[in-house]
Amino acid sequence: MTTYTVPEILNEARTHYCAGCGHGILHRLVAEVIDEMGQRESAIGVAPVGCAVIAYEYLNFDMSEAAHGRAPAVATGIKRSLPDRLVFTYQGDGDLLAIGCTELVHAANRGENITIFFANNNVYGMTGGQMAPTTLDGQKTLTTPYGRDPKDVGHPIDAIKLLQNFDNVVYLARGILTSPKEIMKTKRYIRQALEIQQQGKGFSMVEVISQCPTYWRMTPVNALKHIEETVINQFPTGIFKEL
Amino acid sequence: MAKKVLLCGNEAIAEAAIQSGCRYYYGYPITPQNEISAYMAYRMPQVDGTFIQAESELAAINMVYGTSATGKRVMTSSSSPGISLKQEGISYLAGSELPAVIINVMRAGPGLGNITPSQADYFQATRGGGHGDYRTIVLAPASVQESADLTKRAFVLADRYRMPVMMLLDGMQGQMREPVVIDELKETESFDKSWALTGCKGRKPNIARSLYLDVDALPDLNERLQKQYADIAKRETDVELYKTDDADLIIVAYGTPARMCRTIIDKFRKQGVKLGLLRPITLWPFPYDVLEKTADHAQEYLVVEWSAGQLIEDVRLALGKSKPIHFHGVIGGRLMKISEIETKLDSIIANMGARI
Repeated sequence: MTTYTVPEILNEARTHYCAGCGHGILHRLVAEVIDEMGQRESAIGVAPVGCAVIAYEYLNFDMSEAAHGRAPAVATGIKRSLPDRLVFTYQGDGDLLAIGCTELVHAANRGENITIFFANNNVYGMTGGQMAPTTLDGQKTLTTPYGRDPKDVGHPIDAIKLLQNFDNVVYLARGILTSPKEIMKTKRYIRQALEIQQQGKGFSMVEVISQCPTYWRMTPVNALKHIEETVINQFPTGIFKEL
Repeated sequence: MAKKVLLCGNEAIAEAAIQSGCRYYYGYPITPQNEISAYMAYRMPQVDGTFIQAESELAAINMVYGTSATGKRVMTSSSSPGISLKQEGISYLAGSELPAVIINVMRAGPGLGNITPSQADYFQATRGGGHGDYRTIVLAPASVQESADLTKRAFVLADRYRMPVMMLLDGMQGQMREPVVIDELKETESFDKSWALTGCKGRKPNIARSLYLDVDALPDLNERLQKQYADIAKRETDVELYKTDDADLIIVAYGTPARMCRTIIDKFRKQGVKLGLLRPITLWPFPYDVLEKTADHAQEYLVVEWSAGQLIEDVRLALGKSKPIHFHGVIGGRLMKISEIETKLDSIIANMGARI
């Protein structure tokens, strides 16, 4: 029997996330991996604006906040100053693909030796459930009350497809958090991405589909089913690039 | 001792930054400050520094935030529309108590305006510029040599107070070439950088942040900032007084207009007019007290600036309604001529005579 304990790298704080939210699991995975790599003392994370805005309250190492969408630029400034530290951003879909799309694309194209952990829950959570760049076609949100109409606002943006063709992007993977098996797979992606950064190879990103029962208007269990039955058709899982 | 070289103001600022130990520069092209990024792109690799042409002003100022958070000296530069874009980041630097040097080589606005020199960003620079109750120290050089010297001072002030410091120049100063000597900055104080993000080895984690959700935490930060601003106003206010001791009429001007006025003062003095120049070197903190004190003997004042009237509001704050304050402003898109300042002075002096 396995006993789970709180890793040293995770503060024993009660998180502010809603019941059934994926952020808590993803925080823990990032924390566990950095712990297992023995890198707590060299890790520097950048928190976004969005649901994970106070991620630094939960992660027990050096962290910076960033203005909305600018985390890849802040991480660039940190990594260029301290190339031997493990530098990552933790961003949501609005932060990364709407307001911060420029910073994402250019940090990726430069091949900044940083890792982006992208929590994609198809919705703006913190502000009350508006449409995100990754909201599914037909999905109802506060600002798409009749369902997302691709003729009006376009289809969801796939961050991995967006970055795939840049030569300096070396690792792209997408995981889900719907079962222990998938969680362990996602954890492996996180580890691979950080190891690639340690080897100085270039830009890496792990996208994680994160359930949002609150703004999907579903029970936590149904939210997991929704990912497995619907969301992965739009955002399939796996490793999409590994150089 | 460094040798004398011929540089434009923009290049002098860039070299002075290098001589101040700045090894990180992030910028985005905009005229009339492009010589800074061109110089940095050439110079940074020679000193093992980092130059990035960012994808936008927003990205540049946030790269500054990241490097500053690691405790290193860092600079960005831009011109008016680009500085507007950087304001969000400057507010975050102020809120996170992070040092940085920001150069604004002003062009004429509003909007895209054009690339003629201007001083129309005075309000934006001296009142904070972005959102929230904060200030940046604002330094205003009036020669290429002073641009270099104040750049060095800017880095020291940024580190001393852990805050963004802005250099405010009109486009003419950025472009003008003059002989200049740029020595290495002599460090006379050491700065505590224990707050920097370096990895938490052997200490508690550091957080670079301006978000404070607790009820008391944000007021605490704001009170700390305000106390610091009051302290800076006491300690760092700087002004040049040129022949003001016995002056009946005092011109208040900064930057290129101040240089033009200096020439005029010598000319009018020869004709027996007791004319002086008060040139603020720090626009924030503004030398209110020094200006107020000149009212003991000066009769009237003339504010000369390259805007529709922004500096004049600080002059009014210092003097109230105690003395007549005249204004000569040249608005965005037009160049200033020495002859038009002289004409303005002639009419003021004629009326002063009539009143006597």
